[in-house]
Formats: sequence, structure tokens, C-alpha cells
Amino acid sequence: MSEHKKRSYMNPYLAGVLIGVVVLASNFISGRSVGSSGAVKSAVVAGVETLAPSHAENALFYKEYLSGHKGNPLNSWLVYEMLGVIVGGFISGIISRRLTWKVEHNPKIKSRTRLVFALAGGILFGIGSQFGRGCTSGSALSGMAVLSLGGFISMISIFGTAFILAYFFRKLWI
Amino acid sequence: MGPLIVNEIISENTNLLLAFFIGIAFGFVLEQGGFSSSRKLAGVFYGYDTVVLKVFFTGATTAALGLLFFSLFGWIDLSFVYVNETFLQSAILGGMIMGAGFIMGGYCPGTSFCGAAIGKIDAMIFIVGLFIGVFLFAEGYPLYEKLYKAGYMGSPRISEFFGISEGLFTLLMIIAAVLMFWGAEWAEKKFPRKEY
Repeated sequence: MSEHKKRSYMNPYLAGVLIGVVVLASNFISGRSVGSSGAVKSAVVAGVETLAPSHAENALFYKEYLSGHKGNPLNSWLVYEMLGVIVGGFISGIISRRLTWKVEHNPKIKSRTRLVFALAGGILFGIGSQFGRGCTSGSALSGMAVLSLGGFISMISIFGTAFILAYFFRKLWI
Repeated sequence: MGPLIVNEIISENTNLLLAFFIGIAFGFVLEQGGFSSSRKLAGVFYGYDTVVLKVFFTGATTAALGLLFFSLFGWIDLSFVYVNETFLQSAILGGMIMGAGFIMGGYCPGTSFCGAAIGKIDAMIFIVGLFIGVFLFAEGYPLYEKLYKAGYMGSPRISEFFGISEGLFTLLMIIAAVLMFWGAEWAEKKFPRKEY
């Protein structure tokens, strides 16, 4: 089995420096940095526009988005960047032999419980990222790199809330 | 010289192509750092694995310092770099909702795509949730449009907000990061974990 053994993770400080270099390169090339939730937003707008065009024309959220963005919502910087994230993660998974179908969870809970909370967490993150105008990457990480006040507020608010709530959800993780 | 797109050194299509490569690098490093694992990510909130804190703050400080150096060398005009807008109430509320989502779901949006890329089914379900969440927000948007747009402060840098230079703020951020790393190393010893 040893040849199939998973490779261990990169030193976190080295990974951090490399993430910093990516954010720096992104600002140098594109004058902006990485984000994630914006790509989901583009996909939702594109989906609604395709499936319910009259709704997209009339409902305020889509109207505001489409008035500020010309062309297909999917033809955006963040969408291409996130497609890259999937490819990059996949390549890393191949190299480090971590490609496997699984529901990762604490052995003390059922995988169904894990999936229910993953869905709930995703829904909350989807809603929160809209209020926050970006998520952990677009608002907090990228924002902090350019010293944006909003980026620091997002970071403190996200991590602070998660720390406060950690006790109530401890059975999911420890 | 930089940003290249703003100074029209590269075309819009090249910019989008490079976005794809930037994404590949981002996703690759995230996965190599262990960000494809929800149990590793959630570890920071219980002290058994603080990889999130280490990678996040090393990343933010490296990028901030790099941008200052690039600016000093005349390689980038920071006034053309996008600085996120600040809407105070909405930023705090959004962060709180995301924090709850983080501790329940174990991922954030970027890391969930990374986890899904290596086959984590929980990450894929989280992504389904993201789509539902954004859709729900969009449908209910008129109800909280006022709140969403309240407290607009422009695009201030935190250094301006505190009335100090960008260099001094970055130095303070580095010192704070080193202190947190020290705390993180201590926490990992104090709250050891079994292999997972």
C-alpha cells in the first residue's frame, strides 16, 4: 500500500507565501484579486436569465446586475478564475494522490448528518457572501491584501462568528 | 507598468485567459495546503489544526507587503488596483451569516470548489447550497435592498481609516500575524488531534 500512500500537505507557511504570490500576481496582471462567490453569482444570474428571461428582466437583483455587466454573465474574470481553481485543485489531487470519492466527516457523526450541515452551511454562505459583497477569498483575503477596510471587517466578522458558534457545533467536528 | 490590464499592456481576452491560470495556481496551492479538507479547515475553531489561520495570514501579509514593494519600485500604480467598497452594516451582517455557514458547512466557497475537485461529496453538496443561497438572496433582494446599500463608506483603506501610513499598518499586521502564529502553534500542542 505504501506506493498508494497519500502525500502529506505542504508546510502551511510556505502555502501561505505562495497564496500571497498568487494574489500579488493577480493584482499586478489584472488590477484585482481572486474571489469565489462572485462566480456562483454569475452562474445564478446566467441560469435565471436562460430559464426565466422575463423574471430576470423584472426582478430587481438581476436588473441591477445586468445593468452593470454587459454580455454573458459567465464571460467574467471570476468565472474563468474559478474554473482554474477546479483544474488546479484536481491537478494537485492527482500529484498528491488524494483523488477519491468520499464524504469526509467526523466518525462520530453519520455521513448524512455531515451532508445536511454541508448543505445548510452552503446556503448560509451563499446568502452571507451577497450581503458581504464577497466571501473569504474575494472580500477577506483579497481585501486585506490591498488593505481594504471592508476586507478586515469581513475577516473579523466571519472568523469571529465562527469562533463564537464553534461550541454549539462541536459535535460535528470533535 | 502594472496593473497590466489597466495600462492596456494586455488585451481583455488575455486578461480572462490569465484569470484561468491564476485560478489554477490558487486552486493548486489551496489543495496542497490542505484546504480541500473540511475537517482541517474547521480545526482552526477548535485549535486542533490551525492551517487556515497560518495560510490565510501568511497569504494576506505576503501580498500586502509585495504590493507595497512593487509600488516602491514603480512596478505597479496602486491607485489602479481594485479596493473593495465598504458598506458597513451589510459587511458585518454578511460576515456573521458566512461565519455560521463556515462552522456548519466546514468550507468557504473557494475551498469547497477545491474539495469538490478531488472528489469530496460533502464539498459538492456545499456548492449546491451556495447556489441555493445566492438564488434565495436574489429572490428576496427587494426586502433588504436598503440594508444592503446602507452605511456606504466608499473604498477606504484601513490605514486611511486609522490615519496611519500603509507601510506602518502593514508592519503592525505582520507583527499581529506572527503573534497569532505563535498562539496557533501553542494551540496545536494543547489540543492535539488524532490522525484523520
